[in-house]
Amino acid sequence: MSADGPADALVTADREACIGAAQCAYSAPAVFDQDEDGYVLVRDPHPGPHEWDALREAVDLCPVQAIRLSGTADGA
Amino acid sequence: METTAPPGPSAAPPFPQPRACPYQPPPAYEQLGAQGPLSRVSLFDGRVVWFVTGYPEARQLLADPRISADRQRPDYPAVAPRFQAEVAKRLVLIGMDPPAHDEHRRLLNPDFSRKRVASLRPVVQAIVDDHVDRMLRTGPPADLVRDFALPVPSRVISEVLGLPHEDLEFFQDASRRLLQATTGPESQEAGRELIGYLDALATRRRTEPGPGLIGRLAREEVATGRLSHADLVQIALVILVAGHETTASTIALGAITLLDHPEQLARMQAEPDTVPAVVEEILRCVAVTDLAGVRVATADIPVAGQVIRAGEGVLLSATMANRDGRVHQDPQAFDAGRTGRRQLSFGYGIHQCLGQSLARLELEIAFSTLFTRIPTLRLTVPADRLPTRPPGSGTVQGVNEMPVTW
Ligand code: HEM
Ligand code: SF4
Repeated sequence: MSADGPADALVTADREACIGAAQCAYSAPAVFDQDEDGYVLVRDPHPGPHEWDALREAVDLCPVQAIRLSGTADGA
Repeated sequence: METTAPPGPSAAPPFPQPRACPYQPPPAYEQLGAQGPLSRVSLFDGRVVWFVTGYPEARQLLADPRISADRQRPDYPAVAPRFQAEVAKRLVLIGMDPPAHDEHRRLLNPDFSRKRVASLRPVVQAIVDDHVDRMLRTGPPADLVRDFALPVPSRVISEVLGLPHEDLEFFQDASRRLLQATTGPESQEAGRELIGYLDALATRRRTEPGPGLIGRLAREEVATGRLSHADLVQIALVILVAGHETTASTIALGAITLLDHPEQLARMQAEPDTVPAVVEEILRCVAVTDLAGVRVATADIPVAGQVIRAGEGVLLSATMANRDGRVHQDPQAFDAGRTGRRQLSFGYGIHQCLGQSLARLELEIAFSTLFTRIPTLRLTVPADRLPTRPPGSGTVQGVNEMPVTW
């Protein structure tokens, strides 16, 4: 699998759905963080290609599918 | 309870069955897994339920809003007699569906966020060091379960809840009895003692401020009417029940797994950076709760070419889903070099473990400290001779004793 993402990749997270499991911040700490209450924060909505594998893992492992990638041909 | 799963070509073997090796599934589960991602098992009361062994199928079901975790539903499956006890039926959070589940979860998330957990690192390290100090002072030998695996998580949870230190021993003993009870009355008695204790503490904390989760919720939520006192007591009980034995048994069974794989243990000792990956692989292989969830379908749900009918019970096997050959290469092997973290040991969907960041922190500190400070630690009896849980106590895996020397 290629580690590249498209230049227009946009990462969004649904903070209403988020249950604070922190899988995303664990998989891709450069892209995701948690706020004081434990909910997802997107630190970097336009991550570079080197983050792509970690990002895919984060999307895959989020237990409530709260993370979306747009502008991708093969992503979420 | 009548059997509701459809008749099929194969029999439904009994569930649960004991593991022969603490970090490998019983052969009967392997056979079921080989039949496909969905099969059937029969429970102690004769009920036949679905047994899901495939990773994607288990995830699909755990994320499906038509599947219920509500233990008060009459068709909710009981996997052991003690789960029929009233106390088990009334556990909040784990045994609730939305919207009540989500309201409680929102109250608790702040106490288990990564930042909060990271701030506990020095506390957890001090607790672990303290127990290693004691083992080094009084041993060898030692019982790794009694002297390390059980007390460490108990003290960490006491810290999270904000319990007074003088109550630790009672708390530890009652929680062990609640978990290991084989009959309804036994588990009810332990549950009553714990509820009585937590009730008194939560009452005191409304007027007399104290630390931790009980202190915060009593002050901010109960005193302001947003949470009932009874629910706070139940929440504290659930955190104890969910976080104590699971972490304790993962420490014990994880140590056995590492001792059985000396090369990987040596690598972990030499390269502290690899500890998190070792912990992930221990979580995958040990799958201490065995099940990623117990559920009942509230509507017909198609999955993997079959249909789970409304009212049918569903067991999601973490032990087997973690070894799905479609997800992991050589899935039976303990291999800390794996990446991807694809395992269901913390469950999936809205109930995925609230305490997983804390559990990972505890496990990392426990294994790295134990095997750094006592590098020659070893079992004095073969792992397969260790006394395991009595049958009928449920699905949480573990050993009652773990004699070690160094
Ligand atoms: C290795 C250790 C642990 C394992 C393997 C584990 C496993 C699990 C699993 C499989 C579930 C999902 C149950 C279901 O969906 O029916 C769960 C939920 C839960 N766990 Fe853990 N757990 C561990 C440690 C902890 C700790 C340390 C705490 C807290 C101190 C904790 C608190 C909870 C709570 C409160 C839930 C219910 C969450 C909800 O329903 O939203 N767990 N855990
Ligand atoms: S993995 Fe999903 S549920 Fe967990 S913190 Fe990230 S967005 Fe929230």
